[in-house]
This record gives sequence, C-alpha cells and structure tokens, in this order.
Amino acid sequence: MAFAGRRDAPEAPDFGILKRLARDQLIYLLEQLPGKKDLFIEADLMSPLDRIANVSILKQHEVDKLYKVESRPAPSSSDQFCFLVRPRIRTMRYIADIVNADKMSGRSRKYKIIFSPQKFYACEMVLEEEGVFGDVTCDEWSFYLLPLDEDIISMELPEFFRDYFLEGDHRWINSIARALQLLNSLYGPFGKVYGIGRCAKMSYELWRDLEEESEGDSQGRKPEIGNIFLMDRDTDYVTALCSQVVYEGLVDDTFRIKCGSVDFGPDVTSSDKSIKVLLNAQDKVFSQIRNEHFSSVFGFLSQKSRNLQAQYDRRRGMDIKQMKNFVSQELKGLKQEHRLLSLHIGACESIMKKKTKQDFQEMIKAEHSLLEGFDIRESTSFIEEHIDRQVSPTESLRLMCLLSLTENGLVPKDYRSLKTQYLQSYGPEHLLTFHNLKRMGLLTEQSAGETLTAVESKVSKLVTDRAAGKITDAFNSLARKSNFRAISKKLGLIPRVDGEYDLKMPRDMAYVFSGAYVPLSCKIIEQVLERRGWLGLEEVVRLLNGNEFSVSDSAVEDNPAWESQRVVLAVFLGGCTFSEMAALRFLGRERGCKFIFLTTAITNSARMMEATIEAKA
Amino acid sequence: MSRARGDEEEYWHSSKFRAFTFDDEDDELSQLKESKRAVNSLRDIVDDDDDDLERVSWSGEPVGSISWSIKETSSSSTSSLEGRDSSLQKGSSSYAAFPKQVSSYSLSSLFKGRNKLPSFQSLSDALSDTGVKNYAPELRRPKAEYKDYSSDWSPKDTVRRMQRGKICSLERFRSLQDKLVLLDEAVAGHDGNVITAVLIFLKRTLRREILFRELEVRQVALCHLIHFLKETGEQKLLLDLLRFLDRTEEVALSQYREHLNIQDVEKRREFLKGCIGLPFSAEDTSHIQDHYTLLERQIIIEANDRHLESAGQSEIFRKYPRKASILNMPLVTTLFYSCFYHYTEAEGTFSSPTNLKKTFKIPDKQYVLTALAARAKLRAWDDVDALFTTKNWLGYTKKKAPIGFHRVVEILQRNNAPVQVLQEYVRLVEDVETRLNLATKYKCHDVVIETYRDLKDRIQLTAYKCKVERGSADEEKINSILNNMVRNACFFFQRLSSEMAVD
Repeated sequence: MAFAGRRDAPEAPDFGILKRLARDQLIYLLEQLPGKKDLFIEADLMSPLDRIANVSILKQHEVDKLYKVESRPAPSSSDQFCFLVRPRIRTMRYIADIVNADKMSGRSRKYKIIFSPQKFYACEMVLEEEGVFGDVTCDEWSFYLLPLDEDIISMELPEFFRDYFLEGDHRWINSIARALQLLNSLYGPFGKVYGIGRCAKMSYELWRDLEEESEGDSQGRKPEIGNIFLMDRDTDYVTALCSQVVYEGLVDDTFRIKCGSVDFGPDVTSSDKSIKVLLNAQDKVFSQIRNEHFSSVFGFLSQKSRNLQAQYDRRRGMDIKQMKNFVSQELKGLKQEHRLLSLHIGACESIMKKKTKQDFQEMIKAEHSLLEGFDIRESTSFIEEHIDRQVSPTESLRLMCLLSLTENGLVPKDYRSLKTQYLQSYGPEHLLTFHNLKRMGLLTEQSAGETLTAVESKVSKLVTDRAAGKITDAFNSLARKSNFRAISKKLGLIPRVDGEYDLKMPRDMAYVFSGAYVPLSCKIIEQVLERRGWLGLEEVVRLLNGNEFSVSDSAVEDNPAWESQRVVLAVFLGGCTFSEMAALRFLGRERGCKFIFLTTAITNSARMMEATIEAKA
Repeated sequence: MSRARGDEEEYWHSSKFRAFTFDDEDDELSQLKESKRAVNSLRDIVDDDDDDLERVSWSGEPVGSISWSIKETSSSSTSSLEGRDSSLQKGSSSYAAFPKQVSSYSLSSLFKGRNKLPSFQSLSDALSDTGVKNYAPELRRPKAEYKDYSSDWSPKDTVRRMQRGKICSLERFRSLQDKLVLLDEAVAGHDGNVITAVLIFLKRTLRREILFRELEVRQVALCHLIHFLKETGEQKLLLDLLRFLDRTEEVALSQYREHLNIQDVEKRREFLKGCIGLPFSAEDTSHIQDHYTLLERQIIIEANDRHLESAGQSEIFRKYPRKASILNMPLVTTLFYSCFYHYTEAEGTFSSPTNLKKTFKIPDKQYVLTALAARAKLRAWDDVDALFTTKNWLGYTKKKAPIGFHRVVEILQRNNAPVQVLQEYVRLVEDVETRLNLATKYKCHDVVIETYRDLKDRIQLTAYKCKVERGSADEEKINSILNNMVRNACFFFQRLSSEMAVD
C-alpha cells in the first residue's frame, strides 16, 4: 500500500495569493482606462468578484457607478464605460447595441470590454459584424481560479458542463489548461498526474503544451502539491445525481450555496430578514459539521449549545475583575459562536421541515434500491408517482436519470410511459430536455446502444483510418453506456451490510450516502492513488470507456519525505459535489493525505438537471 | 408469577428499534428544539450589540458588497422615473436602519484571518520573482505585434499562436487542402475557441455544401459549428446543415424549439400547428400534436373563464379568484384547474375534466391524484369520497384507489382535512408500519389504538396513553383494551401451562 498508515494529513497550501493576483490584475486593467468610468458587470461575475474585491477598491480606481449587464440600456452620463463580462455572444450584442445607440445620438464615449477569464474569437466576430470593432478595446482578466475555502478552488464556470458534455464544445479546455499551468507554477511542480476522461486528457495535453514553452523555472523548487488527478464528470454521473445527506450537501441542495455563501431566509433566521453567511473552515461551528451525516448533526449542535450555556453561566459567580476579563476576552468569541449556532440550528430545522414534507425518506429508499439494483419495479412506480404529483421537475428528471444510469437505459415501454407522463406533468416543451438527456447518455432507451453502433460503423466506413478513431471517440462521448452495475460490482461500491451502519463512526466513504453506496468518483481516486496508477484496474477502465492516463514527471525530484507527496489536487471537470468532497476529506483523514478540490463549478443534481433544460433565447 | 411474567413478555411483541429517519418528528427534532431553546435563551445576553453581525441590506447582500451596490445604482436610477414596485419601498425602510456607508469595508471583514496580512502585497512580493510574466496580463502590446508580420506560420504554429490569444491572419490558407489541414490542427490542439475561429473563417471562404461535406467526417469540428450556429442564431444555416447530414429528428426539434421564443399565444398556436408535420419520430409527433391541442384548449378556456370571472356571476370564481392564467401551463396543471373550477361540467364542454381525460388519454392514476388534490383544496370531502367509492353488483360499496392510500392521506392532510375524514383513509393504508406512522403523525387516535391492539404491542399502547387527552374516550378505550389483553394473556398462560401439564 502506497499510503502511509495513520499520519496526520498535511496542511493545505495558502491559496490567498490567487485572490491577490486576480485583484491586482483587475486593478491594473481598470487603470488602463484612466479617469472616471461606469462599470457594467455580468450577473454571474458579481459573486466571484465580491470574494476578491469590494466597492471601495473599485472606487479607488475611479469606478463611478456600477451596473448589472442586462437587457435594459443604461441611462448613464459617464464618458467611459467598462464592461466586465464572460465571453458570450449575447453580451456582445448587448454591448454593441449600447455603442450603436450612442453613435446614433452622436454621443461619444470610450468603451472597454474586459473578458473573464478569456476572450473568444467568436465574440470579436460579433463585435466586427455589429460594426463596433474599432470602437471598443478588449482585454482579458485571467481570473481562472477562485479559492472558495482552504481546500476548494472553483473556476466558477457552471456553463462548462453544458458546453462540453451536451454541445461537445471544447472552448473551456484552454482555460482549464491555463488554470493548471498557474497552479503548477505556484504550488507545483506536480510530480504525478493521473486522469480519466476525454476532457481530462485533452486538458492535460494542452497544459503540457503550454508548459513546454515556459519551461525552465520549475526545476529544483520544492512543491506544495505533489499529485494531481483529473476526472471528467461523465465518468460518474450517478454520484452527482444522488440526494445529498451530509450537512454541507444538504444545505446546498436545500438553500443553494452560491460562491461559498448562502442566503438564509427568514425561516432559518427566525426574524424578518435574510442573512448571507459565508460557509467555510473559518466558521467554527460549520467546519465541524459540514462533513457529518445529517443524523449526527443534531447531537453535535445540542452538545455545543449546552457547552455554550455552561460558559455563559460561569459569569454568575464572578467578581468585577473576572467579569471584566470575561467581557474583554471571551464574550466576543462566545457571541460569535452563539450567532453561528443559532443559524445552523435554524438551518437544520428548516431542512427537516422541508424534507419531511417531500417524503424524503421514501425517496432515499427508492434511490438506494436503484443503486443496489433491486425492487426496480417498485422504484419505477415511485418515480412515476413523483412525476404525477408534480413534485418537482428537476427531482423527477434526476430520479429518471438515476434509473437509466443504473439500469443501462430504460426498458422502451417504461421510457415511453415515463416520458409521456413527464411531459403531461411539467410541460410538453420538455421534449427538448429528453432529447438533450439522451444525447448525453443520462437518460436512454435500452436499445439506443445498438442503433448508435450502426451509425458509427456506417460513418467510419467513409473515413480514413486516422479520423476514424476520433469519430468513435466523439460518438462515445455523446452517448455511452454507463455500465454502472458491473463497475459497482467490480469496485464493491455497495457495502455489505452486517447490522446497522454507524453513521457517527463511519468506516468508509459510503457514510456520505448513509452507508448505502461508496461514491464511484472517489473510489476510483482512492484505487488509483493506492496503486500509484491504473495497473490492475483494466476491467474497470474498460467499463468506464477508457481514456485513462498516469504520468510521472521524471524531471521532478521524487522526495518521499516531502509533505507534498501526500497532497492531491483532485480536479473535477464538469462539477464536484459537496458529498464527494466530504468523502475524499474522510479518505484523506484515514490515509494521512490532503485533498485539494479544483472544480469548474460546485454542482449538485438540481444544477446538473437544470443545465439540460432548454430555455428561451 | 415470575414465570407468568416471562410468558407474558413472549406474548407481547417487543417494540421495534427505530432508526433515524427524516420523518421522525419526535425524537430528533425535539433534540433540535431543545438546542434551539437553549441558544435562544441566551439571546438577550448576547443581542445587546450586533457588531458581529454583518450588515445586510434588504436583499440579503452584505452592504458594501459589489452585488449590493449594483442593485443600489439600478434602483436609485429608476426610482425617480417610475413608482418602483413595493419591493423598493419595503427595502428602503429596512435599509434605512443601517447607517449608509458607501465605502464600508464590510466585505473585507468577511475575510478575517486572511486579511491580517498587509492587504496590498504587490505581485512581486507575493511571488518569489519566478514566472511572474506568465500570468501578468498581456496587454497593450506594441501595435507591431498585432500585425501579421510573418505570413509563413505553419498551420500548427498558427493554431498555437491563436491558442495563446494572438491574432493571426488566416487569409493565406486559400486552398481547400490548406484549410482542412488548419482545421485538423485546430481540432488536434483541443482548444474549442480556436476550432470555432477556424470554422468562422471556413464558413466565410467555402461554399456551404463543401464545408458541410468536410465536416461530416470531422465530428468534433461539426459539434463546434452546430453550437456556434445555435449561439449566433443562424437558424437557417443550422437547418440546412442538419438536413445535409440527414439528421431529420434534430431538424424537427430545432424548429420546434423556436416556439419558446414566441410570446403571443395565437402566434404560438399557429406555429405549433406547423410543427405537427415535422419529421419527428411517431411517438414525438403525438406529443407535438398534444401540445398544439392543449394550447388550443387553453385559449378557449381562458377566454371563457376570463369572461365569467369579470362578469362576477359565477360563485366559484368570486370565492377563489384566479391567480394566474392557464395559458401555456402543463396538462396536469390544466386538469387541476378544470377539476377546481369546472368539476361538474358535462363531458361535452372543453373545460370539463372528463373531456380532458379522454382527449389526452390521461392515466387513471394521474387523474385521481389531480382530482383529489383539487377537490381537497376546496374541502369538498364528498367529492373525495365519491372518487374512491366503488359499488359492486350487489350494491356493497368499497373504497378503492389506483394509488396507495398513504398518498391519499398525505394529500388530504396537506389540505387540512379534519381528523374524521383523514382517519377513514389512514385506516385503509395496507402496510402496518406506514399506517401507524401516519396515524400517530396526524393524531388519528382510533387507528393507532386499534393497530396496536391488533399488533398486541402493550408497551407502545401504554406509552400512547400519554398522547391522548386525559379522561377522553380514547384513553378509556386504551384502558379497556389493556385490561382485556391482560385477561387474554392470563388465559393464554393458563392454556400453555395446562398443555405443559399434559406433556
């Protein structure tokens, strides 16, 4: 076993520098447009921006008014407009409209577009077509990486999931490669690289390519991160689609954690206002319960509140001097703790209330049956009823996808009947959603595999050998069989139950799903790290449709004494869930290693399902 | 007697061990409630000043955060123009409670710990001088660098330069051969941005049939072009491409998709009518047909009901004014609506539930669920009763449901059905455990008591005594059963010992 026995896991490197870098670059860019200016910010850049800068920093650099990029034209009198945007066609047209309207009314202004994290040629094409190309200047703000917590870095690109896995667009691979390059130069060199998935492989290759040019300065440096594991989300859709039951996952599923913070509404705060709370390792209460199974959280919170009570009670017997000490030294900490405790207790209550109403228990039961592969009939009719009662469009979709993934597609009869009922319950336009899900291989009919192979071979005949391999790959990515049952058996994902699974004293990663299922993604990572490669996992790899790799950089000194050997950067292309993080943190504690998470975005089942729904333009 | 006790225990089934469930209102939640009480009791000690609390504006954003001030600018700039809706008024009052500090540092206070460092460490301090230029922005490059000073980049170099964000003229790739090599290099380079850039160039410089033909064998590039056309909204070219590729189903879906952008219902209906003939699979064609029929119905119902409502003649509309229009709602919602407002109408009218059921072949299960929800909402318990009552040929009535009775109970309960109504359906729940849970949860004492009696669970039954009112009929019932049971147990014991004596 390559893992050393019970050692304390190393600390995570300090990622604060990433924030400073991004902030400094933004300031630099703002200074490129000297003088007063109005700043237009893309809606989904606002929260990430909030995490690295604030209004006063912007004001210091002569930003006058702030606007949200939206369809309403701006009623501003400023002479300079600066747009901080994602590279999107829609946004380019919005900007072009503003510029053209100004031109029509004879108003002259300076315009600057700052693309984050990078500019796309297609955007420039739109600016050209709209006749504003020379009127605006373009810059790039290479804000690839936002550290959300001590061990979480997000690229805040939720659209990666749809762009790559549904549309087959490789536009973000360059951004990923650059993000890896940046991390490698700050915290590497990474000695060991593992990966699985087509996108993982391509990102790796492009990153290597970029490194080749800037080679030279990484040698001899002592790394902080020694290993990196890249994984495509489609290697394991199942885990991401399961209901989450660890605290952080439940909070995300219930209230939606956005960019590391959550809005607790009046039902949680038991007052009339909402409170925005940052959820991270600095929150002393949260950091102790985030990874726990929900059932252990109550006990912890009540213990904690008893302790708090006791500490307050000490005050009764105090004389003036002691009291003074108490007030100056302890009170603040206690108050902080009190505030956090009452928030998390409120959150628990609200979660309980919501989940009881949705008969969560029954749903979890159905999910577990699907994972284990029995009572399929019963689960199918549970899903059917879920649809009929219009409980929730995304939940219903999620359950259908789970059924399809675990059963390698639905029996045609079930597929038709569930689809019909879904369209009747949630709207006929979801016909488009079903088509998307089929393309991604998330929800298929059992015969789909064969017809696809027929097309594939027909097309293959038309092409030269060189291109043929690529085509097969392309088809694979569009709709591949999930083979979940076989993989589950091979890797032992369903723990054998002997007696009750003690969720308070977890024995394996399955605790994040109440002891019913070890998350596949995490199991793969565990196995590969343990074997220091894919050797012995050939059958699993075949079932996962290949594209695995494992590379050691011989140039990097391999010093087993270095802590970095036990630090692993787990990269999730297409999103990572809080349950997966909890599972890997558990693994890290068991094996004395530290996992750092890099993800294109934090995801959960609802976000994934929503990404497959067609919205109006 | 001690032996008798042992036997008695054997007779009584033991209470089942109960694991944590999300349904457990009692145990786990009471623990939570207790913690909450404890914490709340401390509130008055703690709440004297709130300096630790973040200042949060009415929309929940911390004051001073960027998202917050954007909302500020947008609301203040419009407030003078038009009477902003109530949200602003609501907001302004609560936000007046905070001292207005435009340059508040509340955001940075969120990064406690991190911020202890001198906050503006410069780039060069932070990095030990290596590799700075890697991520320093490439800005304001001298104009000359933009110029295509070398026109001899190989396709591979061209792609590499483009991947690094440098502008490269593609004009010199004029032969088809060169263009295709360039495209293949772009694909091999894995950067979608560059692939699309090359495709834009090819699209401009090649006749579309030739471009399509070449893309047919280049699936990755093809995906990029399709996505690009979708994003830029070049629908006509997209359809031509899909037709060229013989992807007829996608042609149909892509056209059907356009209905999402049509606001006007009449136009939308016309458009959907046109979609029926599109080359969908047989199954999907019937869905499209249904979509059209549904909207057609909704338009008729909407016109009728709006008239009815405004005339004020119909009692149901007066009592329960409509909250939203029925247009563009899903079928089940429409069915609910019609069960709510038009339940008793004859099958001949478009708005009657039976008519909808027939037209769209709504399965029994779905129909019953929806009708139940609608009638329960109106508290029309007789209708609910009729929904499940069947008569056999002898005239006996029996309750039957195509869904589990636990579902029925749940829906009734959600609509605050009285215990007498609820009880009747709880009793019909087949699974004993579920029945017990539901009965306990909704305080259907009769059902709980009877079930425990049938289970011969004395411990639970005794325990349940504290849940019923003192001196009530329920308590009496429990007592009498318990007494009876003891008698039964004695009898059982006597029989057992006599049998043993025979042995």
